[in-house]
Amino acid sequence: MLQYAIRRILQLIPVLFGVSIVVFAIIHLIPGDPAQVILGQQADPQTVADLRHNLGLDKPLYQQYLMFLAQLLHGDLGKSLVTQQPIASEMFPHLAATAELTLFSMVFAIVVGVNAGILSAWKRNTWFDYVAMVIALVGVSVPIFWLGLMEQWLFGLKLHWLPVIGRADPRDPVTEVTHFYLIDTLLAGNAHQFWTVVQHLILPGIALGTIPMAVIARMTRSSMLEVLKHDYVRTARAKGLADFWVIYKHALKNSFAPVLTVIGIQLGSLLGGAVLTETIFGWPGVGLYLYNGIGARDYPVIQSGILVLSVIFIVVNLIVDLLYAYFDPRIQYK
Amino acid sequence: MQMKWAACAAAVVALLAVTTGCGGGTTQPANGTAPTASSGQKTLIFGRGGDSVTLDPSGSTDDESNMVCEEIYDTLVTYKIGTPELQPDLATSWEPSKDGMSWTFHLQQGVKFSDGTPFNADAVVFNFQRWGDPNSPYHKGSSFAHYKSDLGGFYGSPGAIIKDVEKVDDYTVRIDLTHPFAPLPNILTQVAYSIASPEAIKKYNGDISHHPVGTGAFEFVSWTPNDKIVLKKNPNYRTPGLPKLDQLIFQVIPDNTARLNALRAGQIDLMEGLNPSDIQSVKSDPNLNLYVSPSNNVGYLAFNTQKKPFDDPRVRQAIAMCIDKKALIDAYYNGLADAGVTILPPKNWAYDSSIQDYPVDIAKAKQLLAEAGYPNGFDTELWAMPIPRPYMPQPQQIATAIQGDLAKIGIHAKIVTYDWATYLKKTDSGEHTMCLLGWSAGTWDPTTFMYTLLDSKNAVPPANNSAFYKNPAVDKLLEQALTVSDQNQRAELYKQAQKLVFQDEPYVPLVHSQPVRAGSKRVIGFTPQVTGGPQFTSVDLSN
Repeated sequence: MLQYAIRRILQLIPVLFGVSIVVFAIIHLIPGDPAQVILGQQADPQTVADLRHNLGLDKPLYQQYLMFLAQLLHGDLGKSLVTQQPIASEMFPHLAATAELTLFSMVFAIVVGVNAGILSAWKRNTWFDYVAMVIALVGVSVPIFWLGLMEQWLFGLKLHWLPVIGRADPRDPVTEVTHFYLIDTLLAGNAHQFWTVVQHLILPGIALGTIPMAVIARMTRSSMLEVLKHDYVRTARAKGLADFWVIYKHALKNSFAPVLTVIGIQLGSLLGGAVLTETIFGWPGVGLYLYNGIGARDYPVIQSGILVLSVIFIVVNLIVDLLYAYFDPRIQYK
Repeated sequence: MQMKWAACAAAVVALLAVTTGCGGGTTQPANGTAPTASSGQKTLIFGRGGDSVTLDPSGSTDDESNMVCEEIYDTLVTYKIGTPELQPDLATSWEPSKDGMSWTFHLQQGVKFSDGTPFNADAVVFNFQRWGDPNSPYHKGSSFAHYKSDLGGFYGSPGAIIKDVEKVDDYTVRIDLTHPFAPLPNILTQVAYSIASPEAIKKYNGDISHHPVGTGAFEFVSWTPNDKIVLKKNPNYRTPGLPKLDQLIFQVIPDNTARLNALRAGQIDLMEGLNPSDIQSVKSDPNLNLYVSPSNNVGYLAFNTQKKPFDDPRVRQAIAMCIDKKALIDAYYNGLADAGVTILPPKNWAYDSSIQDYPVDIAKAKQLLAEAGYPNGFDTELWAMPIPRPYMPQPQQIATAIQGDLAKIGIHAKIVTYDWATYLKKTDSGEHTMCLLGWSAGTWDPTTFMYTLLDSKNAVPPANNSAFYKNPAVDKLLEQALTVSDQNQRAELYKQAQKLVFQDEPYVPLVHSQPVRAGSKRVIGFTPQVTGGPQFTSVDLSN
């Protein structure tokens, strides 16, 4: 296991290297002089020259790349062209907001998806199975923005159960320490605020979690059906073990490996793909940050955003692979 | 068997708990529908589509930055809310010298910045030097883009309008000019000319983009990017009893529909950026107010007057006679717009109301085309913007409607579009034949429309005069109007220019759209600003 883990981590080096080259290349793919494009046609030559210098564009390419790498290794992502603020400190709160939302929606997706999948397999070809799988099919196909607006309408405007936008009540602001509001409110020992934050998470969490929930449910069902055919399951049943224990204690672990892969892929794509949910729910996350950067042609922000999201995606995949090996020890890639 | 049902029930309960988030059956409003009684604070939340870029007004060029700066800072002169009428702000009065070469501003006494430092002539001179004097140690931290373009450049540059700003006494300053410039008081109403605390500028070494300190009714508390900016009541504010609010929060909600949902749910109190299709439902909602402001913009169809066949005024007049402006306003503006007659909006003090617009008259239009040598019409291009603008919310649909109108007189126009940056670049350099565009003004001074869109000096790429209209008689009138200080005389000159332009019709002014905002009925005393100036100083919230 340890050997596998080390080998798998070493494999990351060329991947990260490749990512850094692609991200570095972005600014050089701009047709013409990037500084001129960024500043517009009306900029005076001195300003253009200053920006070229600030971006290091007046140096040879290999030097630019080495400088870029050196900065990255120091955790320096450069400055935003629009706000003139350091990107790393600007991006972190956005990243925390997205991570909080994503993890919440993944918990929702996994709890509901796995259980629905198991029940469907268990109650195969019953009304529950049919209903669950129709819901899963709809869940995979439903546009997030439509679902989000419908949730707002139903739970916010009609039932008045839940707030429709934001991370917390702006009239009662959270003291930000870690930028994870659930943690910050707990640190402050403010139970009321913690509950408010949870309430704010629910609607965007469901909107974002619906597609992964549906995918996980379908994957769990088919994987579970496969496992339930095995002899050891029949043996367990023959011993008189209740179905519940047969499934949750024996079959689940063996059917979980493929589900885990799906979870990993979904988690990675949620981190970058939350922009629609963030737009609808006024959630100040990294998707929105990157989207605004693209709109403003803020190239350093675009570069850093892509870099950070790629690294997160790679790391999530690494964790999934390691867990995979844990759930199915037969898998030890050579 | 029992086990199975227990498991089933547990899973269902878990699912319900997760999906509704109310394991305990909470049904209380989870939002701030009621004003926060707990803290006893009056907090107004304004919902908007995007975040501010900077809170240094001298570098602010976008509406979202302006809107917040306006509450923190004051300018020397301002407009009476929602009208083109100038009124004192930090200056009590102002007058030009006889020869128009300088303006003297008398300042309010006893005003303090929110950091407690005094406002006086030194502060005004300090701010002007920071904006305009490249040798000032604090001429940094900002692009000073407005100053540069409004006032012809920084001190000493060839086109600079302001030569220097001098302190006359503690509460009087004199602005010396290189040539007479009548629009100055109007220009100084803009948020870019807000007076910031010199102590704060020194403390932060010129970079006040995140440390704004002004004399406005509110002072800065915090800024969470892409989320919210929080302001609180300025305890040093000059007018006792104001502001009435304790806190003012600008909340970013990018999606228009979601923002309206938040307003309806009581999470925000006011909003901008309504979808045109939501206007009716806001009007009929008993809990909401719809605020309609006078227009200070124009959406137009520009002809490239340097290209055939649009170099012939008869062709341009013929087209003006076939476009049904009222139908456009009903279909795409929910009736909330004025039909354009001249480039100036009807509320502008120089607007010439004696001009009667070309009536919709297909027969007359065909006759004019025949006289110009096009009895069977011609094929051409109609350029349309790719994105909605305040003056034109649905450019592609409007282009299609105009295309239909043009076909009635035999003109077959192909609709052409590019991405926004390319569109602007191509129209600025005159590659179009006919294009849709518009102009929103930051002040009520007519020069922002007339000079920008009609003067031949602006018909050189990158050109704001997208008709590339060149008329020496109009140029002369516009030039004169800049140097005369009397407003009535200026209005007369602009009216003469409008008459000449109307004959030539280089643009078909289509509409002047009226900006709309929506708010909860709890909000008392809100009148939206059309140009620069604070909106929330005397706004209150009821219970």
